[in-house]
Amino acid sequence: MTAAPPARRPRGLWSDAAARLVQNRGAAAGGLVFLLIVAVAAAAPRLAPDNPIGLNVSESLEPPGAHHWLGTDQFGRDILSRIIYGARVSVAMGFVAVAISVAGGSILGLLSGYYGGNVDMAIMRVVDVMLAFPGILLALVIIAVLGPNLGSAMVAVGISGMPVFIRVVRGSALAVRELQYVEAARVAGCGDVRIIFRHVLPNVLAPVIVLVTLGIPGAIISGAALSFLGLGIRPPTPDWGAMLSEGRSFMSTAWWLSTFPGLAIVTIVLAINLFGDGLRDALDPRLKL
Amino acid sequence: MLTYIRRRVLLAVPTVVLTSMVVFLMLFLIPGDPASIYIGEQTATPERLAQIRHVMGLDRPIYVQYADFAWHALHGDLGRSLQTSRPVAVEIGTRFPNTLELAAAAMVIAVALGFGLGLVSALHRSTAVDTLSMVVALFGVSVPVFWLALLLIMLFSLRLGWLPATSEPGLRGLVLPAVSLALLSAATLARLMRSSMLEVLRLDYLTTARAKGLRGAIVVFRHALPNAVIPVITAMGLQFGGLLSGAVLTETIFARPGLGKLVVDSIQNKDLPTVQGVILVLALIYVAMNLLVDLSYAFIDPRIRFE
Repeated sequence: MTAAPPARRPRGLWSDAAARLVQNRGAAAGGLVFLLIVAVAAAAPRLAPDNPIGLNVSESLEPPGAHHWLGTDQFGRDILSRIIYGARVSVAMGFVAVAISVAGGSILGLLSGYYGGNVDMAIMRVVDVMLAFPGILLALVIIAVLGPNLGSAMVAVGISGMPVFIRVVRGSALAVRELQYVEAARVAGCGDVRIIFRHVLPNVLAPVIVLVTLGIPGAIISGAALSFLGLGIRPPTPDWGAMLSEGRSFMSTAWWLSTFPGLAIVTIVLAINLFGDGLRDALDPRLKL
Repeated sequence: MLTYIRRRVLLAVPTVVLTSMVVFLMLFLIPGDPASIYIGEQTATPERLAQIRHVMGLDRPIYVQYADFAWHALHGDLGRSLQTSRPVAVEIGTRFPNTLELAAAAMVIAVALGFGLGLVSALHRSTAVDTLSMVVALFGVSVPVFWLALLLIMLFSLRLGWLPATSEPGLRGLVLPAVSLALLSAATLARLMRSSMLEVLRLDYLTTARAKGLRGAIVVFRHALPNAVIPVITAMGLQFGGLLSGAVLTETIFARPGLGKLVVDSIQNKDLPTVQGVILVLALIYVAMNLLVDLSYAFIDPRIRFE
């Protein structure tokens, strides 16, 4: 192809979407706040004013003030430092869990949609069973099996998030498989693996990316919920959900213990939700996820 | 329509069987010897374990064991709790009304709030009312249940002293748990109701209805709403499942003796028979709810009935 150079700037799905995304103020702000939180999590040792797990009983339950901006907990640990370190757990939870959902969900969805028949039938029954355990229940089943700790919480939340990816990827793969260029690739002698990864996968990418951004806040809340129930991360590692749970015993005397970690969760979740909504509208205004 | 109902019911059967298999297999997936897990003792002697294995039938082929498990479950026998030694079915039976009461109260609040906000938003599209409702809904999907519950307790129980912070029989004890549980569902339903209503309001038959001079209220409630509500009803079925599992958190916070609190306590105490029993019951209720939702379509949407 040696056609004349394009007269206009080349436009495609991604550049169009990026342009629309930047114009959406809510989405841009959400994305910015999220990046900021990721940066805080990465730089936690430099940013935290205090040791997040160092006990200092003489300063226990101090209200927010000049010395400890967000107060201290029952062991005299600085709440702000614990929130800053807790961002690491939440961000990791969001990314790892959704990575598990997306990897497992995409592979199963592609197999199901591309091969159809008995493969599809079997995978869809598995999805039905996964969906039979609503909300946090599937995660509880997995944690009951693997034992309560951060690793199993991530796996549990990741697997619970899989069905939605399987369904969306399967739907797209089903549609793409019938298209002529896939047939052409097959005639040209491409193997199934090559067709699936080179020709089908790129076409299901847009909904998957949207689902990833909308899946991260859900994973963060589920992870925090498991820690809150004492089924996630083990103390004394700072985690927002676990901090809320500890704060429950001091609600009548020290409101700051159970207020600030919750604000942190709402901030990150709201930020990613805003960004995800914007991304969905930018990538495909007709997409309904 | 009978074909439709029969097909739906038949499709639910494999789901129920597979779900019970997953719950049954939990015992064998947990690392360690099933016999010692099942009695909750880690230090039993090999002779004692062999004896337990024989008594519990763990030395039989796995499919025989599953058939046994399913047969007993069908007859309401879910084994005995390792903690209280009482039948799991009894433990579940005494707590289930509490969870159902909580989920039902939350559902009523969620539907009233969600439908209201969504409708108002759609009818006042792109006005301040719309923006405000959707900001409220966005917060609703972003605020974790467990934090909202703590804030409500701090404000209404500890500061104002209006409502009890822990479980208390009667309506007063139900308000805070139900409200905190309902918010997420209310927000989800509101967003869905709004987009569904907006979609329907654009359709030609409504322009016709307005053009022939029908009053606004009749156009909205008689002509638009019945069509707009169909996708929202699917979501309601799913939301009810979400409420049942959301009760896990709400019940733990408000110390309500329900199924959610039971399952969390049992996981922490390694009481596997109870965990299996509660999870099986909750999953089956959810499958049944979804089936009911599917069937209700046939009554609401004539297109499905005549398919």
